[in-house]
Amino acid sequence: MLRVVAGGVTALAVLFVALASGAAIGETAIPLATVVKTVANRLWDAGHDLDPIDAGIVWNYRIARALVAAACGASLAVCGVVLQSLLRNALADPYILGISAGASSGAVAVAILGFGGGFFSLSAGAFAGALVAFGLVALLALRSGRGPVAIILAGIAGSQLFNALTSFVVTKSATADQARGIMFWLLGNLSGVRWPDVFLALPVALGGLAICWLYARSLDAFAFGPQSAASLGVPVRRVYATMIAVTALMTATMVSIVGSIGFVGLVVPHAARLIVGVRHGVLLPAAALAGAAFMIGADILSRTVIPGQVLPIGVMTALVGAPAFALILIRRPVTR
Amino acid sequence: MKLAARNLGWKAGRRTIVDDVSLEIMPGEFLGIVGPNGSGKTSLLSMIAGLRRPVTGSVLLEGRDIARLPRRDVARKVAFVEQQAETGERLNVRQAVELGRTPHLSALSPWSAEDEAIIDRALDDVDMRAFADRPWQTLSGGERQRIHIARALAQEPRLLILDEPTNHLDIEHQVGILDLVRSRNLTVVAALHDLNHAALFCDRVAVLHEGRLAALGRPPEILTDHLLADIFRVDARVEIEADGSCFIRYARPSTTARRFTIREPA
Ligand SMILES: Nc1ncnc2c1ncn2[C@@H]1O[C@H](COP(=O)(O)OP(=O)(O)OP(=O)(O)O)[C@@H](O)[C@H]1O
Ligand SMILES: [Mg+2]
Repeated sequence: MLRVVAGGVTALAVLFVALASGAAIGETAIPLATVVKTVANRLWDAGHDLDPIDAGIVWNYRIARALVAAACGASLAVCGVVLQSLLRNALADPYILGISAGASSGAVAVAILGFGGGFFSLSAGAFAGALVAFGLVALLALRSGRGPVAIILAGIAGSQLFNALTSFVVTKSATADQARGIMFWLLGNLSGVRWPDVFLALPVALGGLAICWLYARSLDAFAFGPQSAASLGVPVRRVYATMIAVTALMTATMVSIVGSIGFVGLVVPHAARLIVGVRHGVLLPAAALAGAAFMIGADILSRTVIPGQVLPIGVMTALVGAPAFALILIRRPVTR
Repeated sequence: MKLAARNLGWKAGRRTIVDDVSLEIMPGEFLGIVGPNGSGKTSLLSMIAGLRRPVTGSVLLEGRDIARLPRRDVARKVAFVEQQAETGERLNVRQAVELGRTPHLSALSPWSAEDEAIIDRALDDVDMRAFADRPWQTLSGGERQRIHIARALAQEPRLLILDEPTNHLDIEHQVGILDLVRSRNLTVVAALHDLNHAALFCDRVAVLHEGRLAALGRPPEILTDHLLADIFRVDARVEIEADGSCFIRYARPSTTARRFTIREPA
């Protein structure tokens, strides 16, 4: 019990530090005190006297951005944990079911082909594309045997198809500027993020985490495969259906807000496993926290590494994450 | 714990794998399932455990169709140890055994001292307490098999279904495991390859041959020279001991009857 409380307090502390840093650090550095006062003013009318420009930057841009980054990192990491455990494949990530490929096709259809006649936003197109691709992949998986391998192969087929569609449209119809814009979007981009995005991303992330956490014991039971899980009393089909649907919705939502940011959903789950172990009751919240903090950090770096230029966050996640993961791998004793 | 199989049949494509098998498992008995490779033992056991849906017939657990019971309710009464089950997860021995408590815990119910005691006992039963903190991947084949059995015991079932439980075990632990599950207040159904083990531990044996139930009864009545020649294609003598149990002595195949010819090097 004491360990649970200590863990929870540490987790909250890490999250607050990350969020505060996200709000304070940037092209114009803003003192932490101003950040805290801004939040106080907004949340309970504290009435501090602040420079309205600083307060506006903190509240309207940076905090919204940090919160979406956190929701997104947490979601991707949680989806990665669930899919790796369920499909029993260390290479599974949230995009394995064709979601990012479908989202990019959807985004391209709206941005370049002009689907929806300006009525749809890029995000709406991406979300619709993600769901269409996932639907096709799910159908294919159902018709091809339902096992983990069938699901993965169906995902590969779907991803390839939609990636090819995206490339086809981009090379055929896009201007150089459009192609660059799409490329930037595909690698992940938090610059357009505002409060309405927070109100979408945060509930989806928290709700998704809560549902997955309720299935923690069932996910544990998949360690020795679906047959063994079934003999331990897990309703295997229902768990597959629920978990895959929940992770697909979480991923599709995040991708439609920020693009398909790589690395987090693949590697943060492994890092979390190495640190807290394989029990999902602990692993899921730990991965969520690690993913959130990591994503906020990557976003700060992407805004500050090259002054005056914002790098795609997907570049940053891998650039920073890969060496960090290498360190964890090396430090871990191979066999005890 | 009474379980009845009624006219069970299973097909893979068009091929019939299990053909119209009916049998009843009596509370407290140790029923052995024997038969050559591919005779359908694993298929029959997974239907009995409710893990595979029969194409024909049904399995009744205490009179109710097992296919209609919630998986969790079945798992509180029936544990199944697969012929092979592996993991890529980095769990340790204790965590592997803890999975056995899954059907008894809900999402929110905490891990209790009682669960802890059950895990300790299961580890002791298979003689693996000292291995509790070892990573799974470092275990030998026989040690893994013993942990699978410990997990099934931690499930506290009333019916224990074992698919070749003595696989990979040294002779001490082969006899030890069979004796352990027999001495528990458990109903046991086990697929066995060693007919002497079947003779020594089983109250009854069922002989499967090409998916059909070829014989069912007490070992000395069933395991005859005749049956061994017909179904297992070995030349053997069955000797009845003074206490009524039986013992099988295999003869070396004669050269003319050798079924696997060994080619001379050119
Ligand atoms: N899913 C499947 N698809 C096709 N054939 C199958 C399938 N499952 C089992 N079989 C076949 O059914 C037959 C019986 O298999 P089963 O595993 O039940 O045999 P067994 O008696 O347990 O054999 P062993 O002693 O080798 O464990 C085998 O010939 C096997 O190849
Ligand atoms: Mg078998």
